[in-house]
Amino acid sequence: MHVPDGFFTASVSIGAAVVAAAGVGVALRNAKQELDDRTAPMAGLVAAFVFAVQMLNFPVAAGTSGHLLGGALAAILVGPYTAVLCIAVVLLVQGFFFADGGLTALGINITLMGIVTAAVAWGVFRLIVRAAPNRGAVVIGSFVAALVSVPVSALVFAVLFAIGGTAPIDAGAVAAAMGGVHVLIGIGEGLITAVTVSSVLAVRPDLVYGARGLARPLVLRTAEGEQVVAPQQQPAEPKPLRPFLVGAGVVSLLLAGIVSFFASSSPDGLEKVAEDKGFLGQAADHLFGGFALADYGDVGGIPVGVAGVLGVLITLAVGLGIGYLVRRKQKVAS
Amino acid sequence: MGAGHHHQLYRAGDTLVHRLPPQCKLVAVAAFAIVVVATPRERFWAFCGYLLLLATVAAIARVPPGHVLRRMVVELPFVLFAFAIPVIGLGERITVWGVSLSVDGLWASWNILAKATLGVIASILLAATTEPRGMLLGAQRLRMPQLLVQIATFMLRYLDVVLDSMRRMRVARESRGFQARDIRQAPILAKSAGALFIRSYERGERVHLAMLSRGYTGSMPILHDISADVRQWLAAGALPLAAAAVLFLT
Repeated sequence: MHVPDGFFTASVSIGAAVVAAAGVGVALRNAKQELDDRTAPMAGLVAAFVFAVQMLNFPVAAGTSGHLLGGALAAILVGPYTAVLCIAVVLLVQGFFFADGGLTALGINITLMGIVTAAVAWGVFRLIVRAAPNRGAVVIGSFVAALVSVPVSALVFAVLFAIGGTAPIDAGAVAAAMGGVHVLIGIGEGLITAVTVSSVLAVRPDLVYGARGLARPLVLRTAEGEQVVAPQQQPAEPKPLRPFLVGAGVVSLLLAGIVSFFASSSPDGLEKVAEDKGFLGQAADHLFGGFALADYGDVGGIPVGVAGVLGVLITLAVGLGIGYLVRRKQKVAS
Repeated sequence: MGAGHHHQLYRAGDTLVHRLPPQCKLVAVAAFAIVVVATPRERFWAFCGYLLLLATVAAIARVPPGHVLRRMVVELPFVLFAFAIPVIGLGERITVWGVSLSVDGLWASWNILAKATLGVIASILLAATTEPRGMLLGAQRLRMPQLLVQIATFMLRYLDVVLDSMRRMRVARESRGFQARDIRQAPILAKSAGALFIRSYERGERVHLAMLSRGYTGSMPILHDISADVRQWLAAGALPLAAAAVLFLT
């Protein structure tokens, strides 16, 4: 999913680069809270881990295989800000060293795969874990967070494509195709993320950032009786959550707004293509002068954005349903 | 991206291109990519000119064409996508060899293929003539945030270690008869990923303690000065300037 040079117009590339720079700046400032002075070596090793894990192919269906994107996994394991930094660094290294992903498209790639994925995953994850703070919710939350983050990132791609893609493909068709394919990818991503998080939880629960504060307090059983050792001061967890959730909510609302805007004004997109076409018809006459120009093709016809809005609603319903179930189960247990 | 691949990215040499300070090359390649992306897609000859410029740089740097071609495989997924655009594109259509293709789609396909290919070649030449460590020092001189540079430094330094650790786990899995056939095998791979994370994270903790015991205070010492003079900036700037000249002349 690494976008190369020339896929988006220069203005969209620059806009996304500004968003990416701002996002990475915020992440730089806040990552120190997540990892204190260990930030550089720890985030570096986690970035290497993300890079390695992206090479771990898993079979999806007969013949095809997918690989982990790792945004949700990194956000849950090391915290959202560190995750954004790690993925930004992975993308920078892939762009400059491996020529994977265009240099002018770096902003788009960081925005899509780093910021959107980590933000959405962390928001969904916190919603579920806050509803039911226990280990089961952490694993289920990882699954849902990863499952939701992949198609949302694909839909943001479709929105960017509708604004400034260079290919004349119906924006609704792009949204439907990208959303559909990435729901499937998201299921694989969710499964792998959930099992990975649960296996880390089983061995080193203290390493899972998303599960901090869930450990039961230490109980000393002595001759005098039981004594609960007060848990150590947890790092300031509640503070950064609320602005984050508000921000994630605003972003998703904006997204829905933009998608529905394109849904209601799909003739605009077609008009734009027609304008280009009038201009292009002349250019094409010179090159393909000998060919008879065929009829106007109309491909797509899927209402723009409807698929996207439906997808958001369905994922929201699924997330809320699971959160409700987990919460009820916990109430029964306690 | 095979494991242990990143040593082959850099080709040691002592040419004009190799000797240029890394920050000059980074700026030159980024400026070149921007000029390429800003070029209107109808200017066919401009793209030929850009390719000629890159070929000149490769010749000066003595990077063999085979090295560049082999590494261009990363572009493949989007090349496949580019070939699909004319078939599913909107707009007026022409028939080529019995296949109805969108004219606008053909232009878009050409646009993506040409720009992506030029961008990939420029990046490959940059990586082939600049040591990874030098590239990071150059980024630091360009005022990239210190923390980001350090993260990238650690990532590159330990990438092989992490990849090796992953390879050992793969050998262990396969020597016990593991074969990833369908999605039911995914949990086993996920457990490997979990183990890999714990190993990476614990290694990070050890590295950090080792660095503290050697006097690390949050910034890496700069061992040698890599400042660039005007002549070097001009030499590196020749590529984007020539590209801009090609853009205005065609």
